[in-house]
Amino acid sequence: MLLRLSLQSLANRRSTALLTILALAISIALFLSVERVRTGARASFGNTIAGTDLIVGARSGSVQLLLYSVFRIGNATNNMTWESYRDIADRPEVAWTVPISLGDSHRGFRVMGTTDAYFEHYRFRGNAPLTFAGGKRFDDLFDAVLGADVAADLGYKVGDPIVVAHGLGAVGFTKHEDMPFWVSGILAKTGTPVDRTVHVSLKAIEAIHVDWQSGARTPGRSTGADAVRAMDLTPKSITAVLVGVTSKLKTFRLQRHINEYPQEPLLAVLPGVALQELWSLIGVAESALAGVSGMVVLTALIGMVAAILSSLSERRREMAILRAVGAGPSIVGCLMILEAGTLALAGAFTGTFLFLAGLAIAGPIVDQAYGLYLPFSLPSGREFLILAGFVCGGILSGLVPAIGAYRMSLADGMTVRQ
Amino acid sequence: MTEPSTPSAPPTVLLEHVAFQWPGSAFRFGVDRFRIEKAERVLLLGPSGGGKSTLLGLISGISQPQKGLIELLGTDLAKLSSAQRDRFRAEHLGVIFQMFNLLPYASALDNVRLGLSFAPKRERRVREKETPEKAAARLLTALGLPEDIQTGQPASLLSSGQQQRVAAARALIGDPELVIADEPTSALDGESQQAFLELIFKQLDRSGSSLLMVSHDERLSRWFDRVIRLADIKHREEAPDAATS
Ligand SMILES: Nc1ncnc2c1ncn2[C@@H]1O[C@H](COP(=O)(O)OP(=O)(O)OP(=O)(O)O)[C@@H](O)[C@H]1O
Ligand SMILES: [Mg+2]
Repeated sequence: MLLRLSLQSLANRRSTALLTILALAISIALFLSVERVRTGARASFGNTIAGTDLIVGARSGSVQLLLYSVFRIGNATNNMTWESYRDIADRPEVAWTVPISLGDSHRGFRVMGTTDAYFEHYRFRGNAPLTFAGGKRFDDLFDAVLGADVAADLGYKVGDPIVVAHGLGAVGFTKHEDMPFWVSGILAKTGTPVDRTVHVSLKAIEAIHVDWQSGARTPGRSTGADAVRAMDLTPKSITAVLVGVTSKLKTFRLQRHINEYPQEPLLAVLPGVALQELWSLIGVAESALAGVSGMVVLTALIGMVAAILSSLSERRREMAILRAVGAGPSIVGCLMILEAGTLALAGAFTGTFLFLAGLAIAGPIVDQAYGLYLPFSLPSGREFLILAGFVCGGILSGLVPAIGAYRMSLADGMTVRQ
Repeated sequence: MTEPSTPSAPPTVLLEHVAFQWPGSAFRFGVDRFRIEKAERVLLLGPSGGGKSTLLGLISGISQPQKGLIELLGTDLAKLSSAQRDRFRAEHLGVIFQMFNLLPYASALDNVRLGLSFAPKRERRVREKETPEKAAARLLTALGLPEDIQTGQPASLLSSGQQQRVAAARALIGDPELVIADEPTSALDGESQQAFLELIFKQLDRSGSSLLMVSHDERLSRWFDRVIRLADIKHREEAPDAATS
């Protein structure tokens, strides 16, 4: 009965109550969204590369190696020689290798030279392999396989010709116009940098550079496509290698061996460790974001306390009546806490609902546009704990008006003040 | 009309050498001796600001005196913890205010049932005969509130006379030993005042409860067993400045 009466009391002040719930709900939804984006980003990030045991490149920082080999950000300061690559690939503990060669671009997208093994062994998000949305792997020297974003942004279809530019940048410094490529296949969306990459064979990278020496075109030389086909196009160097081992136990031994490789300074990193390292760099922004949304929730709670406090004076009559029928000041205080708890609970539910609705609508769009996969699911684990903490915080913040009501009901005596 | 009180029964209300001062206020006030017997109906007259409501607050255990003894039904209020005092008030007292008596958003019936919410013994007493809803509805009907407005609409939509009847029903439900009324009729005109008191007294006859009613309207005197002026029970030495009023 008392519960029903306090709900009626709340309903009696519904416009304030609804506004309070709305404010709480919005901040809760905001908080949950930030939280989901944060974990989603982290997961997407960690899912960029899977199944690879070691990434090997010329010696530099592990984060740098990860950035250019996996995220296609920045450039390798040095390449590793083809001999070193062969040496590593031939070691007994190595199950497979994917050599990659970077440095060229096509209309703002990176061009990556690699081999068939890439489509075989590159894994992302759990253990998903690359799949083709259309076409097939590169077959011919001048075949190219496009990432989903490249095809979508530039409007390419299987069979279209494309021109690869040397160097990076939106237009490319110089175009390799004499070497036209053909789109042989388009990959399905992965939500990883693969989507923004043009894949060609390692030999194709060599072919582009036949007439080029140290980055500039050699004047007066122009080798035709057919002539190029006849040449030996084994690369002299590559940018990095993705390595799979025959047994996980051998990973560290191989890593040590590569790091101490006598012929050339090389670096082998565990992708998981490097991702972790990279994430901890980004982590500052992440916790700043979490901090801001935490402040939003705190502000909403303070707003709720203010709303309840301001309703206290208009509720003196209510409290005097309750006192007269034998409710102790503690019960009057409990009602305040109950009300705060109810508001917080309603706010949490509405907020979760808003969040889920927003997720249902925006989730697929975000996945499409940014390759950020946000799973549609009820708040769980950490998020649920946050919600529970929020409701507890609401109940606790009800202490403030509860103490006010307690004092008031003690001081008012018998008179109903209005 | 009233049952004669047995001498062995403790007085319903007993005050001795009580001194009280509101915290942070200059108002001081003392009562030498004041008692109400079982089933007695007492009218307390006094000027505005004289401390009538303050006295009722002391008797109902909402405020505590700095000095002196207050006994209700033989129980020393000072010996009870504040939670016990609240429980005691719920079980043995019915209170009617001057105005603003009801929870405006709750129905008349719920407002009456509120009188039992904190009084398990009183509720049990009611349940021996009927459900609390039935008891509340019966009382409201007896006090002349039409049945169709007892539920389903908030009390704030009732007229002030109807609201006072609901308040009276809340004070009377479960037959508490003492009904305290703080100027319950001042919001009513002469005729409804009289009708209202008649209805209350009819219920009191049935329950044998005592009544302490506060007013500054002397015309009500003829309805009561005893009329007391606040000035007569005020302890003069204790409050020399208040005695001039
Ligand atoms: N809660 C309170 N806190 C402080 N002082 C109070 C409080 N309630 C009453 N007083 C003071 O006590 C004095 C007596 O007030 P009280 O309400 O008892 O008078 P009253 O006789 O009931 O008057 P009225 O007939 O107008 O209701 C007043 O001077 C008032 O200022
Ligand atoms: Mg008064």
